[in-house]
Order: sequence, then structure tokens, then C-alpha cells
Amino acid sequence: MRIGVEINGTLYQGEVEPRTLLSDFIRHQAGLHGTRVGCEHGVCGACTVQLDGEPIRSCLMLAVQANGRAVRTVEGLAPDGELQPLQRAFHEKHALQCGFCTSGFLMSLEPFLRDHPEAGEDEIREALAGNLCRCTGYEAIVEAVKSAAEEMR
Amino acid sequence: MKPAPFEYAAPRSVDEALGLLGEDSKALAGGQSLVPLLNFRFARPELLVDLNRVSELSYIRRSGGVLHIGALTRQATLERSGVVWQHWPLLAQAVRHAGHPQTRSRGTVGGSAVHADPTAELPVALTALDARFHLSSARGRRTLTAPEFFVATLISAVEPDELLVEVEVPALPEGARTAFVEYQRTHGDFAVAGAAVVRGPGDGSAIALLGAGTTPVRAHEAERALTAGAGAREAAELAAGALTDGWRRALTTELVREAIERAAA
Repeated sequence: MRIGVEINGTLYQGEVEPRTLLSDFIRHQAGLHGTRVGCEHGVCGACTVQLDGEPIRSCLMLAVQANGRAVRTVEGLAPDGELQPLQRAFHEKHALQCGFCTSGFLMSLEPFLRDHPEAGEDEIREALAGNLCRCTGYEAIVEAVKSAAEEMR
Repeated sequence: MKPAPFEYAAPRSVDEALGLLGEDSKALAGGQSLVPLLNFRFARPELLVDLNRVSELSYIRRSGGVLHIGALTRQATLERSGVVWQHWPLLAQAVRHAGHPQTRSRGTVGGSAVHADPTAELPVALTALDARFHLSSARGRRTLTAPEFFVATLISAVEPDELLVEVEVPALPEGARTAFVEYQRTHGDFAVAGAAVVRGPGDGSAIALLGAGTTPVRAHEAERALTAGAGAREAAELAAGALTDGWRRALTTELVREAIERAAA
């Protein structure tokens, strides 16, 4: 099937099988490798992107379902190379070790901070429960989110 | 970890969808349970009927005191609905435990019901609320109660050519209070045990158990005891009494007791 998906404001068109996952379309057809593929069954959160501003698992959506829709990936967070407060905080607080899970965390937490600017630590921990960091670097991630939330207030 | 090939159709209406559904097809709602099954190749339908463009299936309406939830309503929409928080707080209390924000944004109320996982939150809450399930097919329509709808683990009464179109929830008794409590090993994981409780004034109490059988389980004896004036501990022990595994019985007893107490607070 021929589909067109708007990703970070650019239209990507391609021929896909119905079974092609959105995560694979983003990586292989659009060539955007910031979105990571981890477990491919919705548990790890590495493939999290945004659809209409809401975080979703791109491994649990078919590419054909995104036909005509607007998707945002981690590349869309800093289109001109200038990092967002959340990205800066991840950098400053060393909130990544191997970095594999980072884009998923950012794509989950960016809309969370937008909707919950006053979030405390408990809410932050709950908000990042859907993303796994296999290096177990959660303390620094929580610190980074707290710091970004303060800056954004 | 890639699905086996299938044909794909994205109908725009319920009638069009019903014309496509049959023996070797599968309806795709939010995909948060079905797509993992496709990825693992546990499910290998010949035809996938994607319901996500059937906008007539997506609504939350309150009319005559009754709640009507279109089957394709996202769990996130239920979670944010003022009408639900105000009149059916148990649904809002339960859905918060279902997966994560990243799965509730796609996952649907109808999909969770049809998937019929006895450790899923919404089926248990809907069972406690005496929900009715409206099914459609090219053959006609029928309406089932929760005990009729939930057949066994991962099996609902929906036939291959049928579609769950609406979940209907009656009004809670005036002044009723509700609570949903569960135990999960890690946040957002499937729950091990849990309880949904409605405490009405008079005889309007309901207790439904999560993880206590192959379907959501209503604890009728405990409900009657509660109505007759039993305390939370006594009613909870009755509710979990049929569980043979000692650890599971102890855990469920504690969760039911906590839910009863929270609903009384």
C-alpha cells in the first residue's frame, strides 16, 4: 500500500506492506534513527513517539494506520539544533548512560511536562514508569525531569 | 517479532466493518493487546479490519442517567472525562491502573473488554457496575450482561462476525461510593489481584475481583453480607474465600478490605 505520513512537519511517502510497523517505517523508510526499537511488544517504551501530541508506542501501530496523520519523533524536539529544556536537563544531569532508551523517555515526558508543569517527584516517577532504562539510571532521569519542570514553570 | 502477512481494510462505518468481519478476520481497535499478539505471531488473521476510522464508535454520552461508551473510545478519553469522574468514578479509578499513558492514548474501552483478560482493570470495573455489552453483526444485534460477555481467559462471547459497538453502564445508586485497588509487581504491569467495590446506601453494594478466576468474579455472598451490616474484614474474607491458593487468598482479602474501607471513607 502507498502511504504518506507527516513526520516532524515533513511528508514521507512510501510503499509498505500492511504488516509494516510504524516504528519500522520511521527507521527504515523515513530514515529517522532516533526512534529505537527495543522489545517490539509495547513493554519497554524505547519506540515512543507522539501522534497528535499524545505519546504512543510506535511498535504497536501499523504504518498504514498513520497514513495521513502527523507523527513527531525525537528529531522533532530540536529541529534547529537548539535543545529543549528537557533535553538540556538530560544533558546537564547526565540522565543517560548507554542512551538507547533516551528518545523514548523524552517523547513520553515532553507532553507530560506540558500537561503537568507542577508535577512532583511521585508524579514524575509514575509518568516515566512506562519507559525502561536497562542501565537502571533512573535517579539521574528523575533529577533531570525535576530540573526541567522547574525551568519551565 | 514481525507480524505474519495479512490483508488490511479500514472501513469508515460500522455497517462496512460488519460486511468485512468473518471467520478468518480480526477487528483491530487500539492494538495495545492485538498488535503484540500479531508481532509474536500468536495471532495470524487473514484479514485485519481496522476500526480506527469508524468515528461513529467513539463517544461518551450520558442520557437518562445511563452512560453510553462507544467501543472505540480511548482509555485516555475515559480517564479525562468529567462525566465519568463525576458519575462513574470507579471507571476513572480503574483505568488509571491500565498500562501507561503511552498505551491508554491508543487502547480502547471496547478492545480491553473483548480481549477479556481476567487481570485487566476495565472488565472488572464494568462487572462491578453491571455493565451491558451491545454487539452487532450482519445477523442482528444482541445485548449481554458481564457474566454472559466474559466467557474465559482471553475469550469473550463476541463471535468472529460480530463487533462490540457499545458498553452501557447504569447509574450508580444515589450516594454510592466506589474504590478500585490492585496489586501489581511493578507500576503498569499486569495486576496479580485486585478489587472493584461499589458501596451504596441500602443494598446497592457490589464487589468484583481481579485475578480470581478465568473471568472477572462477582462476590455475591460478600455483597449480601456487606448489605446486612458485616464489617470490611468479614466481607473481604467471604469475597476471597473461594480462592484455593493461600497467598492469593490472603492478598485478595487485603485488597478487598482496603477497597471496602476506601469506598466508605
